[in-house]
Amino acid sequence: MATVRRNSIISAGLIVALFIVLYVMRQQGLMSAYWAMILDLALITTTSAIGLSLIYGFTGQFSLGHAAFYGIGAYVAAFITKSYGATTLNFTLALLAGALAAAVVAFLVGLPILRLRSDYLGIATLGFGVIVKVFFDNSDKLSKLLGGSMGMTGIPRITTFPWVFWSAVLVILVARNLVNSSHGRACITVREDEIAADIMGIDTTRFKMLAFTLGCAMAGLAGGLYAHLYAFLHPKSFEFLKSFDVLLIVVLGGLGSLTGTVVAGMGVVFLQEALRDVLGQEFLEWRGVVYALLLIVLMILRPQGLMGGWEFSLDRLLLRRGKGGKARGAA
Amino acid sequence: MILQVEDLYVAYGNIEALHGVSLEVNEGEIVTLIGANGAGKSTTLRAISGLNRPRSGAIRFQGADITRAPAHKIVAMGIGHVPEGRRVFPDMSVRENLELGAYIASPARFHQNLAEVFERFPRLKERENQRASTLSGGEQQMLALGRAMMLQPKLLLLDEPSMGLAPRLVQEIFEIVAELNRRGTTILLVEQNAAMALSIAHRAYVLETGRVVLSGPAAELRSHPAVREAYLGGAAHAD
Repeated sequence: MATVRRNSIISAGLIVALFIVLYVMRQQGLMSAYWAMILDLALITTTSAIGLSLIYGFTGQFSLGHAAFYGIGAYVAAFITKSYGATTLNFTLALLAGALAAAVVAFLVGLPILRLRSDYLGIATLGFGVIVKVFFDNSDKLSKLLGGSMGMTGIPRITTFPWVFWSAVLVILVARNLVNSSHGRACITVREDEIAADIMGIDTTRFKMLAFTLGCAMAGLAGGLYAHLYAFLHPKSFEFLKSFDVLLIVVLGGLGSLTGTVVAGMGVVFLQEALRDVLGQEFLEWRGVVYALLLIVLMILRPQGLMGGWEFSLDRLLLRRGKGGKARGAA
Repeated sequence: MILQVEDLYVAYGNIEALHGVSLEVNEGEIVTLIGANGAGKSTTLRAISGLNRPRSGAIRFQGADITRAPAHKIVAMGIGHVPEGRRVFPDMSVRENLELGAYIASPARFHQNLAEVFERFPRLKERENQRASTLSGGEQQMLALGRAMMLQPKLLLLDEPSMGLAPRLVQEIFEIVAELNRRGTTILLVEQNAAMALSIAHRAYVLETGRVVLSGPAAELRSHPAVREAYLGGAAHAD
């Protein structure tokens, strides 16, 4: 018990140290502004992907609308700071409002669908994603501030590295605590065998709603950070194809592994930029092909994903008691 | 009467699987539903435990109407279900499966219930930390039974516990079922192995294409000519 507590302190220390190193590197210009921005984007993408990891990776609910919830968070947060000014308080409230809006919409969308079994959620969220995109395209009819199909401009550029970093840490911690709780266990049983979960007396609808709502709130939070990083929102950034990018990260990382989602989330964004550097701008056109190939190769070589349910654990790393160190995984 | 099913209609889409099934289970009984494949035996159990929504009819458990109650509430009321195909969680250990069986149970009784399950199934104790997928078919059936017992249900629904098991294991499983019943659990048993089911049951219902065609005390049905002809392999079975 004491070692576990000691390891928690070490973990916290490592996270703070990582933050300081990255922060100082940026301040001292050891990281170019371009790569610094990519790092921010990678962390934001990871934050959103952790949400989908809960929904699909742990609870097995196939959602194809993650980008829409990311977009809802982005638009709501941007609307607030644009309307009421870019103070820290407003920004905090805007991010929370973005997350909350995504959660409320997820709840309402999930309510009728998550009672059903199997892949209805995939179809419904796909349709929902298209609706949201159309809504953004016509959002100028609701308020001129939202910009409609021309995109939303004039958003204060106030997302800084500490915001992004600590949001990601927060989301990862929330997800980890959920996954390791008995609620998380219930979510995993829903993924493994919903009927078996039912006859264990687990309220499967409730846990599907929990994962879906919380996961979408994380997407909403990430969207708010994204809006204030680029200071420009365009409906095309939230179309349903973008949902596949997030799905790819979750599958690539391994279903049921938060570690995998983080590694794949950071990896995919950096890989994309690195390839853009190497292959030039026109690479973006080929992105779909490269991703599809990547996924196919992975499914052949390692169908369980990079981490395949394995989680990084400091406790295990430090304890290393012979075979006791063997990963048991979350699944 | 602990369970009363009245004029139950269940359909999968447009295909009606049950056309008005009525049956009763009294406290302390073992009641068995026998019948051929597709007769609606599993569908009846699934309707009782809330996995299938009936189109019409009524299901009452200890006097309370549970016809449209969600599955998790029905479990909480004390109806355990060992489903067809066992449905243990393959990637989880035996212990974790049993813990999940007690998911909604009061934690106070957990260790006592676990000890009881291990006492009944020493093989599960030996394999406590093994993944459920590495168990043999018989052991998985024991795990499914043990998992249902973790909630100490008043009524246990058993769906084809003998399926795919060697005769010796079938014997063993049925002895355990009879023992559970002697210790106070009421049992509704669905079986294709009619001879075995009738040998431990008090009463039986024969289902044919979604209807009850025959019912009565198990001993009577065992010597009923139609039952012997259709389900007991002719006249030879008279034990």
